[in-house]
Amino acid sequence: MSPSFHELSAGQDIGSRTIEVTRTDLVKYAGASGDFNPIHWNEAFATGVELPGVIAHGMFTMGAAVQLVTDWAGDPAAVVDFQTRFTKPVLVTDTTGTDEPGATIEVSGAIGKLDAEAGTARVDLTVVSAGQKVLMKAQAVVRLS
Amino acid sequence: MTINPDLQGRSYPAAEVYDVGREKIREFARAVKATHPAHFDVEAAKALGHADLVAPPTFAIIIAQRADAQLIEDPDAGIDFTRVVHADQRFIHHRPIVAGDRLVAELHVDGVRAMGGGAMITTRQEIFALTDGGSDSREPVATATSSILVRGEGQ
Repeated sequence: MSPSFHELSAGQDIGSRTIEVTRTDLVKYAGASGDFNPIHWNEAFATGVELPGVIAHGMFTMGAAVQLVTDWAGDPAAVVDFQTRFTKPVLVTDTTGTDEPGATIEVSGAIGKLDAEAGTARVDLTVVSAGQKVLMKAQAVVRLS
Repeated sequence: MTINPDLQGRSYPAAEVYDVGREKIREFARAVKATHPAHFDVEAAKALGHADLVAPPTFAIIIAQRADAQLIEDPDAGIDFTRVVHADQRFIHHRPIVAGDRLVAELHVDGVRAMGGGAMITTRQEIFALTDGGSDSREPVATATSSILVRGEGQ
């Protein structure tokens, strides 16, 4: 059930969720997206190019974070504009063989702005991992009926 | 390795066609931990008025990064891919991407800015779907813009 534009107000919370990430998730994302940069799956390579370790694809984080908006909107196609800046890497530790995630990403969303003429709502996402905002200006514009 | 400042303003025409398949949409959706039925179940997508499975909002990155590869792999550009960090990304969807679409992307280099020993490069990918109206007919599907930071030594 899609939210109705007229029932929304700026500042309104749309919910939150926690995304657990493992090294396996990064390998799956690499395969699905075609981005095989070894900084996302090879520890020695990542540290060799002065990174603290294997980091998630920024596009993994962006793509996973927007699911909160998609599910709230009720139709993935309602997201007509989506942007972000990648400010901090999400470091994913190697927990292979355990049930522990290698990183946890907390996503929450709130209505940033409503455009009555266009019938759109801008959802501002707050995306945090290890206590730091990993995305900035993460904004999804949603077309509502 | 230094970035060629003359890249700014350069364009690469649409090259190979990307055929959007149902299984690719499902695979990508699972990879970003999407669970919406419109990515997985054709009937659910049709119930929302779509012709076929709908791609997740960031699916266009596949086509955008394929287009970007033309620049990154261009020896004349001077870009070391292993030192590339994604700085920002935007997708403007003119219409949803659905299974069965045949997509092409034009690449435009909108900005090149030196930063320390590296450079910030902003590219734009104009993504079109080929339509049935003859070899040149196509409709705009999405505009993707990306900035990548090519880190210099010690950055």
